Amino acid sequence: MKLLYYPGCTLHTVAVQFDQSTKEICKQLDIELIEISDFTCCGGLYPQTTENLMQLQAPARILVQAQRTDPNLELMTLCTFCYNTLKRTHYTLKKDEQKRNILNDYLEEPYNAKVKIVHLIEVFRDDIGYDTIRKKSKRSLLKGFRVAPYYGCLLLRPMNEIELDDQEQPSILEDLLYAIGCDVIEFPYRFDCCGSFHVVNKPEIAEQCSKELLRYTEQFHANCLVTCCPLCYYNISRFGGTDFNFQIFYITQLVGLALGIEPIKLGLDPEIINKFISDSYLV
Amino acid sequence: MSMFKKTNEEFVHEVELLSGQNLFSCYQCGKCSAGCAFANFMDMLPHQVIRFLQLKKVEPVIDANTYWYCAACLTCTTRCPKSVDLASIMEALRNIMIRENRPYIQVFSLPVEIIEGFPQQAAVSALRKLSG
Repeated sequence: MKLLYYPGCTLHTVAVQFDQSTKEICKQLDIELIEISDFTCCGGLYPQTTENLMQLQAPARILVQAQRTDPNLELMTLCTFCYNTLKRTHYTLKKDEQKRNILNDYLEEPYNAKVKIVHLIEVFRDDIGYDTIRKKSKRSLLKGFRVAPYYGCLLLRPMNEIELDDQEQPSILEDLLYAIGCDVIEFPYRFDCCGSFHVVNKPEIAEQCSKELLRYTEQFHANCLVTCCPLCYYNISRFGGTDFNFQIFYITQLVGLALGIEPIKLGLDPEIINKFISDSYLV
Repeated sequence: MSMFKKTNEEFVHEVELLSGQNLFSCYQCGKCSAGCAFANFMDMLPHQVIRFLQLKKVEPVIDANTYWYCAACLTCTTRCPKSVDLASIMEALRNIMIRENRPYIQVFSLPVEIIEGFPQQAAVSALRKLSG
């Protein structure tokens, strides 16, 4: 299958391992990724006020770019910020014709509001299927990974616009982790904020939020955390530091390991992975 | 309120207009404050912000840091039993303050070397929400 791919601003710079691991697993699962050309930043967080036309321009431009590249393909993103912003922008422009008409005057090509935005985990669930993933993965490999799935704030909310999964009782990450053979922890703090963009001007807030989250992770006897968000990854790995005995992974890195891809190709340190795997014999 | 040209009524009306929310939908159950990740940093709890706005008492609201500390994580919006989108109300307050030229941070006050290490979306979001 073919997918359009929008990496956003971080995937080629700060979160290279996320991009790398995605490309590796897509190669294994016969998914062809076509990166849209000439893309810009999506604008970070979705502008929530009613007078938000100006800030909708950047995400709308990306949607038009996708529509121009191939109108029949789905647009896949990985970063939860991009996913949330693009999906909400699409929703607004689809519902509000007046806004769409005004915005179209400023775009290179009118947006027809037909692009479908998907997240990779959505592709796993709906197009590839957990059964296929289960058959293809070496499940015994991930036995020592007691994983706490961490959704963060933007992946599922608001539910009526994102429509990925239930916003308070989701199972999409858990199901995928079960399929690849991890030991999944039922983690009640999976939506707790990591401190988000406050890390820029008030790092102490992000520090407190991230540390609290890791304390809970420890209490639930998880030894690693799985996320889809480059900012959560950054905050937690920055403030978790040496205080906690844990590892944070992008979801694609674990799927890649299960599919038998070498850790180094997924941007992982082979030594850490070996430690996890040898731990599994103690469990 | 001397600093604004608006009266309190006009201010509250603008909040309702920008957020698209009816402030009187809120019946003060406090669920938003209970779930807020940043409540312990705030001068005024999120549900109190709505109460003050309902009573048209604007000054304590704009003096508090509550709306600048909101990270738009939508926990409150998700859990509100009356479907009040509190995150939008906070965004409306931020927008009004930014339009009055009273942003929380100045872009140039942030040292470049700090920004360079971050994932870009952190810097973009922070500057969009806190400095306009």
